[in-house]
Amino acid sequence: MESDLKLSAQGLIRDYAGRRAVNDIDIRLAAGEVLGLLGPNGAGKTTTLRMLAGTLAPSAGRILLAGHDMARAPQQAKRHLGYLPERPPVYDELTVDEYLAFCARLHGIERAKRADAITRAKADCGLEAVGRRLIGHLSKGYQQRVGIAQAIVHRPDVLILDEPTAGLDPNQLRGIRELVSRLAEAHSVIVSSHILSEIQAVAHRVMILHRGRVVLDEALADAEARDDRVIDIGLRAGPDKSTLAALPGVETVEPLGDGRWRITAAPGRDIRGSLAETAVHNGWHLVELTTHAPDLETRFAELTRSAEHTTAVAS
Amino acid sequence: MNLAVSIARHELRRLFVSPLAWTLLAVSQLLTGILFALSLTDLSLNPQRIGAYDGVSAIVGGGLFRFATVVLLLVVPLLTMRVFAEERKTGNIELLLSSPASLTAVVLGKFAGLMGYLTLLFALVALMPLSLAFATPLDIGLLASGLIGLWLVMAAFCALGLFLSSLTREPTLAAVATLGALMLLWLFYAVSAMEWQPVVFGTALPLGDAARALALIGHHDALLRGVFSSADVLYFLIFTLCFLALTVVRLDMDRH
Repeated sequence: MESDLKLSAQGLIRDYAGRRAVNDIDIRLAAGEVLGLLGPNGAGKTTTLRMLAGTLAPSAGRILLAGHDMARAPQQAKRHLGYLPERPPVYDELTVDEYLAFCARLHGIERAKRADAITRAKADCGLEAVGRRLIGHLSKGYQQRVGIAQAIVHRPDVLILDEPTAGLDPNQLRGIRELVSRLAEAHSVIVSSHILSEIQAVAHRVMILHRGRVVLDEALADAEARDDRVIDIGLRAGPDKSTLAALPGVETVEPLGDGRWRITAAPGRDIRGSLAETAVHNGWHLVELTTHAPDLETRFAELTRSAEHTTAVAS
Repeated sequence: MNLAVSIARHELRRLFVSPLAWTLLAVSQLLTGILFALSLTDLSLNPQRIGAYDGVSAIVGGGLFRFATVVLLLVVPLLTMRVFAEERKTGNIELLLSSPASLTAVVLGKFAGLMGYLTLLFALVALMPLSLAFATPLDIGLLASGLIGLWLVMAAFCALGLFLSSLTREPTLAAVATLGALMLLWLFYAVSAMEWQPVVFGTALPLGDAARALALIGHHDALLRGVFSSADVLYFLIFTLCFLALTVVRLDMDRH
């Protein structure tokens, strides 16, 4: 299992002049996995990613990248890393081709393979048509793509993208999102964002940071799983609570007001069909029947707010 | 080492696609060219100035190289401010810091790139007195010593500028600090000429001697007079290496 991990970080801590920006974060990234790092602004996402990329030294903790220790063997570790910082590190006065050629040399790609690597990176990022244009003359979306091309030109094991969709229009946004999904086929990716839908669109696993701590770390499928046992039902001419509670398979009933109820079924039972049938049979005027889905957005709001609350209480 | 070469080439390329580099070359060429023409005119009007010890090489060459140092004083801060201060401001430094290049390779690469550019400026200045070889016999040894001195001054200025550039994220601040520091080095030379020995607690402090030992321009002056001493050359080498090493240390501190 350990050998499958492309990147692992343990107990990452980072202090800025007495203020703890990142507090005891563990990250494990398996081969071919896309991890979405989510959190409100100032949650410590960029600090975490900069530590993983080796441009910031952690105050404590250990980072292993493709088996190399970032503190002891940074050069070897960084060979396996592609990093797109918050602002794409591009030089306005160079053309896309010149810039990518420099990045390829910087990552030690042999002369013979360089042209090939650049062509592939450009193809992956949809930059074929702009190779000879000056980067400063490209739109923000294209500059972002150049930044991503820079990160993948040497085909690293691990790709770290810090807010790759920030400041883009909806079309560019979709383009970058598709690109990240495509890259995930060959690389392990960590992508950060403060926008939930961005992460939902690309990630396999989501990690929510709040005030420098991990408040949620789950596979996206689990985090989004709908709970079939909890049903919201709307009955215009409904019965009272005890009638509903007496129905077979019902565990608890909770009034939501306005003729709506939240019903929890007994474990292992799907009572949606029988519930609808009973409602129609008894003339309760069924107007709504849905399974209750505590979506990621609600959880995100709850997690980041409740943590705020507890710290407020603690202090 | 390959990475340092890549970074140096990248730096040179970026310089030559920017108008700043060409403008600086043009302006310094104009200024040194005018001075060269003026000193030749002066010499042709007052030929009696050529004596037993001071020939054309010493008068024209020495004067030109001294003036070139002043031009460098203004050119180098504008070049070095771009390197770390500006890259930090734009965030492009992250590209280098997250790459497999070591900090030493980054600093050496940047230094070599700038020196490549300055060497072109140097060659243009050097060609002026050397072109006199068609008209009059030259003291090549004297000129060579002066030119080596000029190149070493460039390297020293450049290393100091890189270090000051690595201290800040404001390019203009880096340029002003470098200009100030280079002028301070000049002032050391003035102090060294004063034979100043203030008495503190009954002890005469040889400040004049200390300033002479430290003054960058003084070491250059000896080379301009054709006195090629390894002590002067070592002074420049140590000065340059010290500031390059300090730059590496400073960049490493950034991560912490």
